[in-house]
Amino acid sequence: MDDKFEYLLRLGDNALVLSQRLTEWVGKGPALEEDMALANTALDLIGQARLWLAYAGEVEGLGRTEDQLAFLRDAHQFRNVLLVERPNGSYADTLMRQYLFDSWHLLLLDALTRSADGQIAAIAEKARKEVTYHLRRSADLVMRLGDGTAESHRRLQDALDELWMYTGELFEGDDVDAVLQAQGVADSAATLREPWLAQVGRTLTTATLTMPSSQAWMQKGGKQGRHTEQMGFLLAEMQFLQRAYPGQQW
Amino acid sequence: MSKEWPLWEGFIRSQHGLAHKHVGSLHAPDAEMAINNARDVYTRRNEGVGIWVVRASEIASSSPGDKTALFEPSNSKVYRHPTFFPMPEEVKNL
Repeated sequence: MDDKFEYLLRLGDNALVLSQRLTEWVGKGPALEEDMALANTALDLIGQARLWLAYAGEVEGLGRTEDQLAFLRDAHQFRNVLLVERPNGSYADTLMRQYLFDSWHLLLLDALTRSADGQIAAIAEKARKEVTYHLRRSADLVMRLGDGTAESHRRLQDALDELWMYTGELFEGDDVDAVLQAQGVADSAATLREPWLAQVGRTLTTATLTMPSSQAWMQKGGKQGRHTEQMGFLLAEMQFLQRAYPGQQW
Repeated sequence: MSKEWPLWEGFIRSQHGLAHKHVGSLHAPDAEMAINNARDVYTRRNEGVGIWVVRASEIASSSPGDKTALFEPSNSKVYRHPTFFPMPEEVKNL
C-alpha cells in the first residue's frame, strides 16, 4: 500500500466526513445565520475533500476518481479520525467538535504548506484560507457560549468532556506518518500536540471551560480504518445513491 | 431569538465597487458576530472586499409621505440638471 495514498486519504476523509456531518444541519440550524454558516463550512470542506481525494486517486494510479473514492469505499477503508464521525448531537456538541477539529486542522495545514510535495503544499495553501475562517468562527462561538448562560456553559463543558477522548488520535503517529516525515512531505503528527494544547487551553480558559487532562485515556483507530459504529450509518446515507444505482450520474 | 439578537443591516463593497452597497439584513448579538454573519449570508461568491454592519435601529429614514416635498421641486427646475454640457470621456463615472 502506497504511504502517500494512505496519507492523502486521511486528509480527504477528514474533510469529507465532517462535511457530511455538517450537511445534516442544513435547514435545522438554531438561526438562519448559523444555518448558512454551517452550510458554508460544509461546502468549504467538500471542496477540500475533492482536491485531496482527486490527488489520492492520481497517486494510487489505478484510475479511481474522487467520486469512486468517496462513494464506493466501506467504513473500514475510510481513514478519517474518529472525531469527525461523531454524531452532531446538540448545537453545542457540533460546535465543540468543530472547534477541536478546526484548531488542529489549521495547524496541520500550516505545516503542510511547507511540504516537499508541491501538490500537497498547494492544496494546503488554498484550504488554509478557508480553515482560518472556520477557526475564527468556531473559537468565537465556543468562547461566547462557554462564557454565556449557565445552560450554554454546561452543554459546552459536557460536549468537551465527551469529545476529548477523540483528540488524542490527532497526534498519534504511525508508520505512514513516519514514512512521509522521512520524505519531507509531512511533519510527524506529534509535533502539533504542544502548540494545539497551548492554543486550545487559552480558548477554553477564556470560555471559562475546564480542559480535561491531556493524559486522559484516548480512543483511536480511525486513521487505520477502525471506526465507531456511527460511521456505517453515515456512509449508508451518504453512499445510498451509488449503491442503489451503480454508475448513476447527475 | 429576535429578542436577544437585534437586527443589523449589512453593506458590502464589491471587488470593483466604489462604495458599500446595502445587501440585506441579518440578526446577531453584537457587531463582531454581525460581520461574521454578513460574511456567511451575503459574500459566498467573492463579492466583497469590505463589510459594514449597522444596527437597524440606528438608521433614520425619510418618510414616503415626504417624497413630494423632498424631491419634487428639483424636477421642475431644468437648470438644476447639468445636461447642457458636453461631458469629457474621462469623467463618465461621475
